[in-house]
Amino acid sequence: MTTDDRSRILTVEGLARVEGEGAMHVRVVGDEVVDVELSIYEPPRFFEALLRGRDYTEPPDITARICGICPVAYQMSACLALEDACGVVVDGQLAALRRLLYCGEWIESHALHIHLLHAPDFLGYDSGLSMARDHREVVERGLRLKKMGNQLVEVVGGRAIHPVNVRVGGFYRVPDVAELRGLIPELEWARDAALDVVAWVATLPIPEYQGDWDLIALVDPDEYPIMGRRLASLSGALDIPVEEYTDHLHEEHVERSTALHSAWEHGTYLVGPLARYSLNHDRLPEIARQAAAAAGLKPVCRNPFASIVVRAVEVVAACAEALRLIREYERPPLPAVAVEPRRAIGHGLSEAPRGLLYHRYEIDENGSILAATIVPPTSQNQRAIEQDLRQVAQANLDLDDAALTARCEQTIRNYDPCISCATHFLDLTVERQ
Amino acid sequence: MNASKPRVAVWKFASCDGCQLTLLDCEDELLAVAGAVDIVHFLEASSTSLAGPYDLSIVEGSITTAADAERIRDIREQSKVLVVIGACATAGGIQALRNSADITEYVSIVYARPDYIKTLATSTPISDHVRVDAVLRGCPISKKQLLDLITAYLLDRSPRLEASPVCVECKRRGVTCVLVAHGTPCLGPVTHAGCGAICPSFDRGCYGCFGPADTLNPDALVRRLGSLGLAPETITRLFHTFNAEAPGFAEVTAGGVVES
Repeated sequence: MTTDDRSRILTVEGLARVEGEGAMHVRVVGDEVVDVELSIYEPPRFFEALLRGRDYTEPPDITARICGICPVAYQMSACLALEDACGVVVDGQLAALRRLLYCGEWIESHALHIHLLHAPDFLGYDSGLSMARDHREVVERGLRLKKMGNQLVEVVGGRAIHPVNVRVGGFYRVPDVAELRGLIPELEWARDAALDVVAWVATLPIPEYQGDWDLIALVDPDEYPIMGRRLASLSGALDIPVEEYTDHLHEEHVERSTALHSAWEHGTYLVGPLARYSLNHDRLPEIARQAAAAAGLKPVCRNPFASIVVRAVEVVAACAEALRLIREYERPPLPAVAVEPRRAIGHGLSEAPRGLLYHRYEIDENGSILAATIVPPTSQNQRAIEQDLRQVAQANLDLDDAALTARCEQTIRNYDPCISCATHFLDLTVERQ
Repeated sequence: MNASKPRVAVWKFASCDGCQLTLLDCEDELLAVAGAVDIVHFLEASSTSLAGPYDLSIVEGSITTAADAERIRDIREQSKVLVVIGACATAGGIQALRNSADITEYVSIVYARPDYIKTLATSTPISDHVRVDAVLRGCPISKKQLLDLITAYLLDRSPRLEASPVCVECKRRGVTCVLVAHGTPCLGPVTHAGCGAICPSFDRGCYGCFGPADTLNPDALVRRLGSLGLAPETITRLFHTFNAEAPGFAEVTAGGVVES
């Protein structure tokens, strides 16, 4: 509401189309945005505490329950960390199956975010469901893509939410060649549909904006990274193995939040699709790189409003990768490699759909967990989101309260924030004085 | 918007969002469901949030804060029918592992400034706080059961929910018993059906994510698991994961069943 010419207060309670619960507060005095805060009020669930004393085989199942949208990411970072602790590397077709499973989650999560959560912002709808009244074919195509992602997760993982087939060392049962080959026709449709989605999202009215932060993602010499051991920043200020993660990236606890904020000695950084794309553009599958170019994306993208295009490009990449992995698949003789516990510390890092997810476990000689640290992508992105909110609000003060509020919410949704993950995020208040 | 359509609200308490995501995962049916009802509050999917009363409230998550205990009472008062979905809402979820721990110590392990954190010492099911009209089990719930529940509500019939344990679903699917054939620890005999016996079909023992069956004999299963060579604390851990506080599983301690 408007109180006078110089002082306005806007309030939206319960930020929507994000995963979890949080609040945003923007305070405007005169022509200046003086304060921006993200508050996460999602109640804490204490995963790092309850994991202590559990067996080293349990984190893939337990940490999946941190997030219903990206359980595969939790399972993979957990497995990688525990295998690291036990001195085991899972490679070959078992690693390929993990990448295939993860491609399914990227397709499912990105298709959901593009069509049901983010696109409605650009076209002025309150939801994907109401957008479907005017854009039914677009939404139906998006839902079919999402379903394809879920089918991949179901065939490899057993079910779409909290897959049951993942274990430290590999899987309980590996699919036979025919099970995976059966997915090829729908995956070929999905890859072509994803190309159409890239072309469609490129037509959306994407605000101009350049973020003033560094970008951090996994890097890999050979492929577009999903799971890996090395992370780097676009500026070059960071280039480290996973073991050094906590030496450089720290978590801080601020009063307004049940989520911890990540901090870096070189300033604000961003993880997620923009970071992955900008650091690994030349390792995208050719078909995805061409789609990006056709949509007008440069090899480096610093506009978070354009993240919807990058996500669509990543859906193309994930479909193309899934097709390659299935065509090259040979059923491994054993579903898992033996992983024997030892007293050690292990680190695991993978690219959840919304960005880097770090796990660290300390286990004893019997495999009992002594300590667990989990750093989700939304914790790492909170500072960047606040910085963007400040700049976006400042640049758009001429908008009326409703329009400014909508633009601020859109700014937050650019990051596909996962608040349930970060708790350990949003009713929205814009206050003008 | 349309007075003839039931007003449906989807609510979240402490949870992973996976059970409400199950509704968005009904890709083939979602637009039809959205056409049959008026979704007036569903924050994960829509910016529109309308005030009550509500004809049907679908509730995910457990109660872990004093404010949430108040909020669920308010939602109940405004809802003609209230259904709870998933292990958090029906049993307190994995976060109920705090109930037998020292919450102050838990907070200090995760947070640098415990004084910033407001939480209850327990995670409790929705039914501990308000009357519930229907229950969907699972971590996560089954898509098929959720669609049946919504259909049942629209047709004014009872939902078709399984009453048997997972074992029956396994037999129906023709899956070889992993416990008998391979000596794989499995909670199938004591776990509520509804998932479709997914784990055994992947050569894995059931880990109880649908919670205790309506009738169960955990003592017999504990003895069988012991005979497989499982340590008592391993057996206890098996029962005490996603439905740790559910009556039937909660009583199992250090490999035995404590009369409660």
